[in-house]
Amino acid sequence: MNIYAIKAIYIHEMSRFFRTIIGSLISPIISTTLYFIVFGSAIGSRITDIDGITYGAFIVPGLMMLNMMTSSLNNGAFGIYFPKFSGTIYEILSAPVSSFEIVIGYVGAAATKSILIGIIILATASLFVDLEIKYPVLMLLIMIMTVVSFSLFGFIIGIWSDSFERLNFIPTLVVTPLVFLGGTFYSIQMLPELWQKITLLNPVLYLVSGFRWSFFGTGDVSITTSLLAIFLFTLLCISVIILIFKTGYKLQT
Amino acid sequence: MKNILRINNVSKLFPNNVRALNKISLEIEEGEIFALLGPNGAGKTTLISSVCGITRQSEGNIKVKDFDTVTEYKKARSEIGLVPQELTLETFETVWNTLVFSRGLHGKPSNPEYLHSLLDDLSLGDKKDERILSLSGGMKRRVLIAKALSHEPSVLFLDEPTAGVDVSLRKTLWNMIRSLKKSGVTVILTTHYIKEAEELADRVGIINQGEILLTEDKKVLMKRLGKRKLILSIESKKNSIPEELKELNLEFGKTNSTIIYSYDSKDRNSDIFEIMSRISNSGLKILDFETHQSSLEEIFVDLVSGRSQ
Repeated sequence: MNIYAIKAIYIHEMSRFFRTIIGSLISPIISTTLYFIVFGSAIGSRITDIDGITYGAFIVPGLMMLNMMTSSLNNGAFGIYFPKFSGTIYEILSAPVSSFEIVIGYVGAAATKSILIGIIILATASLFVDLEIKYPVLMLLIMIMTVVSFSLFGFIIGIWSDSFERLNFIPTLVVTPLVFLGGTFYSIQMLPELWQKITLLNPVLYLVSGFRWSFFGTGDVSITTSLLAIFLFTLLCISVIILIFKTGYKLQT
Repeated sequence: MKNILRINNVSKLFPNNVRALNKISLEIEEGEIFALLGPNGAGKTTLISSVCGITRQSEGNIKVKDFDTVTEYKKARSEIGLVPQELTLETFETVWNTLVFSRGLHGKPSNPEYLHSLLDDLSLGDKKDERILSLSGGMKRRVLIAKALSHEPSVLFLDEPTAGVDVSLRKTLWNMIRSLKKSGVTVILTTHYIKEAEELADRVGIINQGEILLTEDKKVLMKRLGKRKLILSIESKKNSIPEELKELNLEFGKTNSTIIYSYDSKDRNSDIFEIMSRISNSGLKILDFETHQSSLEEIFVDLVSGRSQ
């Protein structure tokens, strides 16, 4: 195992995050604050408790998931896309480093950044609402599994993309709508029956629900189903990445 | 001398059915400077990319220090440093960080002393903490070389190392390449600038349309395929060559006051003093003479255009 290479990629990627530390940290704090002003106070005060949870507290896991998923996806995609775009990918391809080590370096960094953002949001949210996490270990596990799987998904998008337009295509046009429609800010029980059934087709629902379950012990679907969904999604991403490196798709000529 | 790189029957067929490399076999000796010459699209970069792992060869095998570049790619690539043709660098990084990254990527533990001396050797010591975007083109080229050497490779590939570089920096780079050879590094360079190969290379390979036309010791090549010319200044302009000199195939120069005799230095019948004596006896008064050895560039052009065998 080329530990030095993994460390080099990881530090290299993290340094990009720390180069823009103010933007990286301030941005989630401001957006979380705005969400709480709009959804928590203005609209939330008119919404009744959901399963005995105040609306302000109810949206915290969804808000964390929304930001962590978006961050993992963007960081995972940009991390590998940028060397392709700038031409510096030659160095990765010609180095004595396996595809597994490359993925650990890039995905590890993207996941770390997203966890940091999740923690910042949690800390900011705790200023607005009273929060008690019922299953903290499970919360941490789901958090890690989600950021890793979405960073892997982002990594696939980064390899697939050959322009900035493509890079933004899936995150903006596919993932963001799925995240917003996946119970981030509401329980699916608040929807008409037909829409409840349609929403069950949305994979993001299982992630958000599982994460919410770790906070409050209640969710739209069972925790086992959620964990299974995250596991299957991670497995799917890993399989695609193995295939990419095996065939050299969009990396090697 | 031991072969450090062995390319055996390597072909590369792209999906659009373009055959970029066609059964190339090549051996590079340890410690030599080998120049790979070829016109645009000849397959130089594809060949280097195949050795380094950027391109996958369709057939054949490549060994670096006896390590197969596919089955033992980690060991093989540890021995290789690559300086690409384009100035591909992450512009927001500092010189130091990009060097540390390259060394780590190649599985080497941190060694600040070595990296400092490398930067000093490349006159980049004072630019260590500068961001790459603030450097000139020449400095960026040197940063790429420093990156390629950061893990102390035994084989260094330089793809068009002095493209777009001014004369002064070109000479600095040439000196650096010579000192690398002295330190035991095997250097393989591709270049359009044939003077570069003439200056630096121990051996030369000529590639065209994905095939190696020849590999030869540079001096032997120039001797074997090089033509010599005897250029004579004559007293008055003539319109035609005297009849008795026709068999010498003399040509007029740019003006009719010079005549040129082309000969092969190995040809025993080409005694230039005898030739000058014959010309003088024909009534042409010789004022001055000079000889000219054809350059590697002329040999290259002849080979690529199929004029030399």
